[in-house]
Amino acid sequence: MKHPIKTTCPYCGVGCGVDLTVHSETSVDVQGDKTHPANFGRLCVKGSALGDTIGFEDRLLYPQIDGQRVNWSQAIQTIAERFKQSIAQYGPDSVALYVSGQLLTEDYYVANKLAKGFLGTGNIDTNSRLCMSSAVAGYKRAFGSDTVPNNYEDLEQADLIVLVGSNTAWCHPVVYQRMIAAQQARTDQPLKLVVVDPRATRTSDTAQLHLAIKPGTDTVLFNGLLAYLVKHNKVDQAFVDQHTDGFEPALQAAADYTVGVVAMQCDVDQAQVEQFYDWVATTEKTVTFFSMGVNQSSSGTDKVNSIINVHLATGRIGRPGMGPFSMTGQPNAMGGREVGGLSNQLAAHMDIQKAEHRDCVSRFWQAPELTQTAGLMAVDLFEAAAAGKIKVLWIMATNPMVSLPNADLVKKAMQQCDTVIVSDCIETTNTAQYADILLPAAGWGEKDGTVTNSERRISRQRPFRAMPAEVKADWWIMTQVAQALGWRDQFGYQQPVDIFREHARLSAFENQGQRDFDLTGFSHITHEQYEHLQPIQWPVKTDPFKPDYKAESERMFIDQRFFTDNGRAQFQVIQPRLPVNNTDASCPLVLNTGRLRDQWHTMTRTGLSAKLNGHIREPFLAVHPDDAATYQIKNLDLVWLTSRWGKALARAQITRDQRRGEVFMPMHWNDQFARHARVDAVVNPVVDPVSGEPEFKHTPVMVEKAAMAWQAFVITQSTFNVPDEAVYAVRRKAHDCTVWELAGSTPVNQDLQHWLAPDAACDTIHYQDQAAGHARLAVIDQQRLTSVAFITQKGSLPDRAWLTQLFGQTLSPIERRSLLAGRPMDPAMDVGPIVCSCFGVGQNTINQAIVEGQLTTPACIGKKLKAGTNCGSCIPELKNLITQSAISQAS
Amino acid sequence: MAKRLVMIGNGMAGMRTIDELLAIAPGEFEITVFGREPYGNYNRIMLSPVLAEEATFDSIMIHTPEWYAEYEVTLFSGDPIVSIDRDQKQVVSQQGRRVDYDVLLLATGSNPFIIPVPGHDLDGVIAYRDIHDVQAMQAAARQYQHAVVIGGGLLGLEAAYGLHKQGMHVTVVHLLDSLMERQLDKTAATLLQQTLEAQGIHFAMEHATKALHANDQGRVHRIEFADGKILDADLVVMAVGIKPNIDLAQHCALACERGVMVDDHLRTQDPHIFAVGECAQHRGVAYGLVAPLYDQAKICAEHIAQTGQTCYEGTVLSTKLKVTGIDLFSAGDFTGQESSELIVYEDLPKGVYKKLVIEDNVLIGCVLYGDVADGNLYFTLIDRQACIADIRHDLIFGEAYIDPKLIQQLTMVNPIHADVKPEPVYAQPKVAVG
Repeated sequence: MKHPIKTTCPYCGVGCGVDLTVHSETSVDVQGDKTHPANFGRLCVKGSALGDTIGFEDRLLYPQIDGQRVNWSQAIQTIAERFKQSIAQYGPDSVALYVSGQLLTEDYYVANKLAKGFLGTGNIDTNSRLCMSSAVAGYKRAFGSDTVPNNYEDLEQADLIVLVGSNTAWCHPVVYQRMIAAQQARTDQPLKLVVVDPRATRTSDTAQLHLAIKPGTDTVLFNGLLAYLVKHNKVDQAFVDQHTDGFEPALQAAADYTVGVVAMQCDVDQAQVEQFYDWVATTEKTVTFFSMGVNQSSSGTDKVNSIINVHLATGRIGRPGMGPFSMTGQPNAMGGREVGGLSNQLAAHMDIQKAEHRDCVSRFWQAPELTQTAGLMAVDLFEAAAAGKIKVLWIMATNPMVSLPNADLVKKAMQQCDTVIVSDCIETTNTAQYADILLPAAGWGEKDGTVTNSERRISRQRPFRAMPAEVKADWWIMTQVAQALGWRDQFGYQQPVDIFREHARLSAFENQGQRDFDLTGFSHITHEQYEHLQPIQWPVKTDPFKPDYKAESERMFIDQRFFTDNGRAQFQVIQPRLPVNNTDASCPLVLNTGRLRDQWHTMTRTGLSAKLNGHIREPFLAVHPDDAATYQIKNLDLVWLTSRWGKALARAQITRDQRRGEVFMPMHWNDQFARHARVDAVVNPVVDPVSGEPEFKHTPVMVEKAAMAWQAFVITQSTFNVPDEAVYAVRRKAHDCTVWELAGSTPVNQDLQHWLAPDAACDTIHYQDQAAGHARLAVIDQQRLTSVAFITQKGSLPDRAWLTQLFGQTLSPIERRSLLAGRPMDPAMDVGPIVCSCFGVGQNTINQAIVEGQLTTPACIGKKLKAGTNCGSCIPELKNLITQSAISQAS
Repeated sequence: MAKRLVMIGNGMAGMRTIDELLAIAPGEFEITVFGREPYGNYNRIMLSPVLAEEATFDSIMIHTPEWYAEYEVTLFSGDPIVSIDRDQKQVVSQQGRRVDYDVLLLATGSNPFIIPVPGHDLDGVIAYRDIHDVQAMQAAARQYQHAVVIGGGLLGLEAAYGLHKQGMHVTVVHLLDSLMERQLDKTAATLLQQTLEAQGIHFAMEHATKALHANDQGRVHRIEFADGKILDADLVVMAVGIKPNIDLAQHCALACERGVMVDDHLRTQDPHIFAVGECAQHRGVAYGLVAPLYDQAKICAEHIAQTGQTCYEGTVLSTKLKVTGIDLFSAGDFTGQESSELIVYEDLPKGVYKKLVIEDNVLIGCVLYGDVADGNLYFTLIDRQACIADIRHDLIFGEAYIDPKLIQQLTMVNPIHADVKPEPVYAQPKVAVG
């Protein structure tokens, strides 16, 4: 048997190793890599379904300019000219790159080098800005470097894990499983989980304590914790004295947050707060594990530092089973941080603000035009573009039309730019629709390079198939543009390892231990070594391919030295601030957004998997029952969600998971899969003043029931043109078909024949109850269902599950008969072909009576079922059935 | 001494009455039966399968000569009665037999209607009524090629199917644009026509017959239509309706309209004379379906035997047809009014069509084609005038989709009227339906 290809999952920041057994270009078996230290063979449902997502559906396959197919040299020349012209006319800051945590480190490195080093602008930002830039900012303020101090092992070694703003069970399932497995394996000291999250989630369900705090009050909670620890003498004074600065002012700012004040401001039970504080106070091995609920906030950086303050005060850092652990969302958010992909970073964890760093990088890159200033952060970048200040914008591997807050402004921004270049593997993303130049980029399974996961572990993404003919790796595309712009020597890469080696050398360049990020050991990495690179955590200060290589340290800060100028960690003074936009009469509810278990980002890949789309089928809005009553919303009603910035439509899900006054909508759906389901069109464009990370978790909104004149669904194997009247239209991939959920507030043509336009050669089955406003249509080709549509003006529609599973198989007669009922007929209720027409007695009924009653004559049958007792025409058939029954019973 | 019962007509309705009578009053009557045809009693509904050679004549005999012998019923077959003397209470047969009666039962059935066009009496022009007609058709099929059936009702279509099976080139001529218009709506009729066309039967719809033309031998040769069009026709079968056979009754001055008038005991104006079957007219209706005839037979027998008080109040009709393997059902007002609401289901490629007609949440009619399994349910709902609002959305998908408890509630007979309203009877038309 062939050895499986070892690669890395392209979804969340856990960075699981994946073994691919390749059958063909579009058929692979996916297994967890048992040797990968992130997952040890485990995979979550999304990772397991990777094999479903590697088809060529919706793939962008050749370069296009203004909708016309062009060759690569035309595309490269055009891009180079547009950059050149814009920079000449408007200066370097008139151009920008907006990139992604989906890029490999090598791609990312080239993008950053091109922008900051050669285009001469700081205007390169990344969708990681939306994800964990607050964590970056918080770490840098405290440690002087963007250093995630923890390993996944810490989660198993801890005795208390405080999960803050993290639905780990859904968003980082494999890490969650590691926590639960560790918890279950404990025999002595228990491992407790505390969840801090306004929502009840599948993570909080299993936690020992859930603090459903008022959104945005995390800093209150952790200030209170700091004060409590001081009060209860849990401060590691020696650590604080020797390795930190700023404890006193930080404590002063926190001092007033007594348990009572905290309980009131966080809107949770005081006993719960006390329980939480007591556990932290008494548990040395405490990990605070935080994610987007912390980061995506106008006080996200402060939240991070309020958490770090607690760890600094207790000295719980740099030791097994403890530390402030930021979990990233994307597969290579960390790689992006390492290369300096954020507009306020430089490269290799060097600061753009520091002249000596700029000088260092400028010399290393031979880039005299290196930018001297930080560029615009994501939200500002698109606002600048909308204001006409950005002329050329190059977007790679991300879908800002969906993912940025106030997403409708992004549309304006893209229309405003002279040239929008989009590199993607998918042709149909919302963002791609607005591109002037479209470039077909490699997708997962074709990409070749490295990624870094949340525990600083570098792993290879390896291709299992060749790229389609005109598809190119992102690094290659940018290299070509750079060369066309004249920087031939500086961008002379032939293969990914050339870039990785340079990246490693830059990390080593003039680095005598003052910078955390250090890949010195890879400075001479060969192609061969790169090909066989095993997952490895940085720093890598010596050659890891030498047999005696030993990792520098098991974790960061083991020496209690930090990367600040004086080597001491910095407490931050935290003055809690509530979210920027408050609720009022017109927008009385708070909108929270987030991920689902089985979807990834804007669904360009997970949307292709039938399995993944079966979990949650439609965009929903979770609403507390009391709010539902107030706004007269019933479960499964369609509701409009409106803010000052935009509106979205979703199906109400009434649940006590929500706090009263707060609603939740998933982030994933977008115009590619739905109408009016982009929640980020609603989200306020408010950002953290330090990190620039948007406040995705808190937008004041109004909800109201969306009055619909009709609701419908279509399940089809064909292309379906959604009627314009459908305000609500959600597309979902299922096995062998696509399911559309539809609704409209204005009347629509009820002639479903018009909707489905079936081929004349196909069979059609119709149902119509015009007065009740019902119509149904099924289209069958060669005894196989190809489309089915149900519409109703009032009343309900049947569940789609049964109809959906009928696709891709030959229909039985009974299934065909049941199709438009929308649910299966109990086979026992099938009387069979009618034998006695007079009394409507069917063959199955008669056969059953013959067997059960041991009937031997038509008269006996007549006595029992009346069959044959009127006109008698069926008596010969009855005789025949008796004979047949005797034969089959005998055999 | 046993009473003398004479029955005129040896058909299904009459013999069913004799069966009932023998069951409730065995030995009380001395029974004599006169029949025009030289056979025992056979099942006329099954003539079409015999024509199509899907059944034998023997297999459709209900009462064989041996049966008459066993039950001591005197049968004079092939010897029709020619007159009735009510004063003498005596009947006279063609062969001169004179038989006295205490009770006389008229079961003379009906005669086919023959269109009085020129040539209607030519050789090769027949009706479709009895085994003799079947034999004539089978003989023609052996010798000739072109058959024309006039009348696109059930009987005509059965004849056409049988002749087609016999290898003839068959054209059905129908005055209207839709087959079986009394039982089917346009969609169902079209499906039926398509099915039959697919089997090889031809149709001349909306054609009025003007004349039948003979060949040299005096046999029908061509059919000419009102529009001048001409078709070859070596055999012409007229299946355009029946009329009750009331000649004898009229001659003996019994009150007749379309049929012999009977009361709710099936008694004619003469207390000694009863009438059942197609010759009888009850409350203005002369039935042509087997189900009401059987209902009449049962009640009539009780009154002849003077054992019962039951009244015949008529039979609620539905048509549940079995045309040569094609399932049809229709009941009630299957067209509906302007205010009616329709629920329609069509799987035309599979030959399935269902239509329910609803008025104020009450089912008032239905047509089923191809899938008639739920005909009984719909018929009962029509009959009960049940409110179907709660089951409306599943109704057309039938009993398998509806909560049995709801069905039970909706189809329950109102106990107060249980004895008044007869149970619905599912009728199959006799051959004589036109």
